Amino acid sequence: MDIKKVEKIINDHDSEASSLIQIMLDIQKELHWLPPEAMDLVAEKLQVPMARIQHTATFYKAFSLVPKGRHEINLCVGTACHVRGATRVLEVLQNTTGLEPGETDPEMKFSLDTVNCLGCCALGPVMEIDEQHLGRLDTGSAVDLLKNYD
Amino acid sequence: MSNISLKIDGKGVKATEGMTVLDAARNANIYIPTVCHHEKLEPFGGCRLCVVDVTVGGRTNMVAACVHPVQEAIEVTTRSEQIDDIRKMLTEQLLAYAPESEVLQEIAEEYGADKDRFQKEPSFCILCGLCVRYCDEVKQLNAVGFVDRGPSREISFVPKLAQEKCWDCMECFPLCPTSALQAAFILTRSLTSSPSKPEVDFGKLAEMKVAPEGHQHNNVIEERK
Amino acid sequence: MTNSPAELEQLRQDILSKRDSDKPHISVCAGASCLASGAGKVIEALETEIEQQGLEGVTVKGTGCPGFCECGPIVVVDPEDVCYLQVTPEDISDVVSQTVSKNEIVDRLLYVDASDGDKKIVHAEDIPFYKNQERNIIGNNIKIDPKSIEDYLALGGYSALTKVLFDMTPKEVVGEVLKSGLRGRGGGGFPTGIKWDAALNAESDTKYVVVNADEGDPGAFMDRAVLEGNPHSILEGLMIGAYAIGANEGYFYVRQEYPLALENVALAVKQAEEYNFLGEDILGSGFNFKINIHMGAGAFVCGEETALLLSLEGKPGEPKSRPPYPATKGLWGKPTNINNVETWANVPLIINQGADWYTQFGTEGSKGTKIFSLVGKIKNTGLVEVPMGVTLRDIIYKIGDGIPDGKKFKAVQTGGPAGGCIPEEQLDTVVDFDELIKAGAIMGSGGIIVMDEDTCMVDVAKYFLGFLAEESCGKCNPCREGIKQMHNILTNISEGRGKEGDIELLEGLAMSTGGGSLCALGKTAPNPVMSTLRYFREEYEEHIKDKKCSSYTCEELVSYYIDPEKCEACLICMKKCTAQSIIGAKHKIHVVDQDICTKCGSCYEVCPDNFDAVLRFTGETVPESIPVDMRTIDRKKKKADKTRALASAGQGA
Repeated sequence: MDIKKVEKIINDHDSEASSLIQIMLDIQKELHWLPPEAMDLVAEKLQVPMARIQHTATFYKAFSLVPKGRHEINLCVGTACHVRGATRVLEVLQNTTGLEPGETDPEMKFSLDTVNCLGCCALGPVMEIDEQHLGRLDTGSAVDLLKNYD
Repeated sequence: MSNISLKIDGKGVKATEGMTVLDAARNANIYIPTVCHHEKLEPFGGCRLCVVDVTVGGRTNMVAACVHPVQEAIEVTTRSEQIDDIRKMLTEQLLAYAPESEVLQEIAEEYGADKDRFQKEPSFCILCGLCVRYCDEVKQLNAVGFVDRGPSREISFVPKLAQEKCWDCMECFPLCPTSALQAAFILTRSLTSSPSKPEVDFGKLAEMKVAPEGHQHNNVIEERK
Repeated sequence: MTNSPAELEQLRQDILSKRDSDKPHISVCAGASCLASGAGKVIEALETEIEQQGLEGVTVKGTGCPGFCECGPIVVVDPEDVCYLQVTPEDISDVVSQTVSKNEIVDRLLYVDASDGDKKIVHAEDIPFYKNQERNIIGNNIKIDPKSIEDYLALGGYSALTKVLFDMTPKEVVGEVLKSGLRGRGGGGFPTGIKWDAALNAESDTKYVVVNADEGDPGAFMDRAVLEGNPHSILEGLMIGAYAIGANEGYFYVRQEYPLALENVALAVKQAEEYNFLGEDILGSGFNFKINIHMGAGAFVCGEETALLLSLEGKPGEPKSRPPYPATKGLWGKPTNINNVETWANVPLIINQGADWYTQFGTEGSKGTKIFSLVGKIKNTGLVEVPMGVTLRDIIYKIGDGIPDGKKFKAVQTGGPAGGCIPEEQLDTVVDFDELIKAGAIMGSGGIIVMDEDTCMVDVAKYFLGFLAEESCGKCNPCREGIKQMHNILTNISEGRGKEGDIELLEGLAMSTGGGSLCALGKTAPNPVMSTLRYFREEYEEHIKDKKCSSYTCEELVSYYIDPEKCEACLICMKKCTAQSIIGAKHKIHVVDQDICTKCGSCYEVCPDNFDAVLRFTGETVPESIPVDMRTIDRKKKKADKTRALASAGQGA
């Protein structure tokens, strides 16, 4: 893990304690997880208690304390998507990847997770892979789309 | 500090600005149950056992007495069928975690709460936050904190701090209304090896279960004796 | 760059004079949904085609979302105002060669009005979806490229701010908002003017204004469209509010699930700074204002104002009890006014047109228009803006065009997880803050989720409580434990373990959770349960007593059985079965092994329509499987039987 990237992120936010969440979001985006060494550095530079960092990292869903895979699958389970069958799509995604939401496969290829609304309700059911929205899913197309990623 | 006149259960009560409804009630010897409240700590408003009805300007709202500020001419109701039913259910929810807790049993008896209403949980932490808040506000150390949210919420020691500081301190242990805190500490100790520290003295820990002064629960037991 | 109102007007005139309204101009919706449907490629294709055709002065731009998401990508060709739907890159050569070059219509891309003899409609405003709306706010989206401040200026942008800074006192601004009757659009419905008044009267040198763009209600994306599509309108509203209460610093709190909105807002802030609409001495008025942008980190509870403010302070979003209210003690303990995106969007409108104009829309208690997201089992999914006072029936049938696939309407859920489900009998309820509460729901942020006969109302309640359990901050006992226990009971009921006393316990928990909780999340958590119990109690009782789910949604309560009379042993269901629980072969009637079946329903979905051999059972025992020795299909006998049956039917006729 490149600690210099973490240092830069902290400096870009002027080591402000109130920017803790923004700093953690930038680290999550850059490294795809929050390594413990990074959190130690953040605690030190921002002068915030580690207990608060622990709480913040586990309180907000955007953060992961374990490394994510190359491709992060986020299936929307918002109400509109739920009513259109997102539960069944989730089942097939789970069966195909072998993952429960929150897990990453041993080859670090896919991470599967659910998200509570992407705001693309007209396209429901929707999933987001690598920040790309894929809509109008059914149990068949969802599985087929996964084949495009390696 | 301006004087404020309010009514609690029909009784006229005087208070000063900055006091909470709970403060005013205690001053007037009116008992409202609490679990997460402690004299040395900022009011938390987490257990919600202290809910009361506050009526002002014709509108009634249910609020937590420990955090609600006194206001001129408000009328507070501390007992009613609805309030009692709510306190009963809230107690039963907590009893699922810690059926043996003396603090909870005392309230359960008053409100007819059934410790078997809900399925028992393996953890006996009721998330009152007394340990977390004590370590934050009084010790300013933050060796223990909350993690996660919702029903997954737990207390968690910061391993490094727990290893270095907690054994010599343990001031928060007597505050715990169940024995969850002691259990959490033992678990953390077992995960952080520290050959220089002595083994856990269970006898010493057992003695620390008594609630300290400042916890109204204890005052009430004394008064009723 | 614009250091006075006069300079601003000059700039506006310069922009307008450079725009030749006679030249063809093409707008393509570039909102997140349309982009996901390929709008980016449509824009590229247009630009390429126009260049290849050598057409001078023809402009193409990606715009904000106009709301007809069901039919995206959407292309509007001006000056003839021709509206094309579901456009693909393959359609572009026709669009350019016919419409752009020769003003000829490409028929196949027009809206077809099935209710009017399949008539084709050319102009957007005549399409029933748009015709029945009052698009005061969202109507601007199709006219604006959100990445261009000039489009906003061309429409009169920042004139409300100028009026406020030079012609009105803070008190007058607050007065106008009070007079308008504007109520918060984020879900609370609290009178905006009263909030502003409290913040104005709070004594402090430092005050803050905040845009709540967390939009956590699943199924709601109104704020997303306004923020992505017309970010400057929110900046302008925010600055007017800041001037009114005496704040010099503002925050945007945007959910991180909206990257395009974040991008467009950041760009708008940068442009506003360049044009001196932000910073020191704005337009030469002496008013200073700066904006910070914060991202949310995936917590629904941070839509609650006290939790949001804590999140801005870099802490976990655990709501605080009120009083004190943010207007007196908010961000960093200072007076803070926090409003929802759509609330801010209404402000420039009220200032420009006046409160008297504004109050002509809406009802006595709910003034103005409201943007709703119409989603779920509905033909025309999208964003609709209507004056308060329109009925739910009109929204669903006149604008939404009803339920697809010939299904029957069952319920409409309004107000997100804090709201309730409204049945057929109550469809004439009008969209009004107080009327919706009477019907057992709430307005909420504006999500309208339509449900049909295939929706199970117990499942809906279970879904919402599962959502809330995940999103609860966990600080207070009634919410954290109460929601968990309610969810447990609903899960038991939906999985066939419901028992006598469950409904009464749900009702008791509803009271303790609703009464005892610290914040609105917990206080309103019982609503989905209570509203579905109110109107669909018999469904709960069916689940509990008869272990029956009439909509075949609760998997544990449904069994699948292959009718031996109809099965043609085509092997399709066997291949699709996810548990390998179907026994059969090429000429052997297929049989579901009930002990292994996981009840996923795949066999039911894939059995060919002309066989229709898979039957669903709920609340009753599944018939015994036919004996193994009877499973061979005798195709000759079957054909003969069929011929005989047809013949006798013919004789009887």
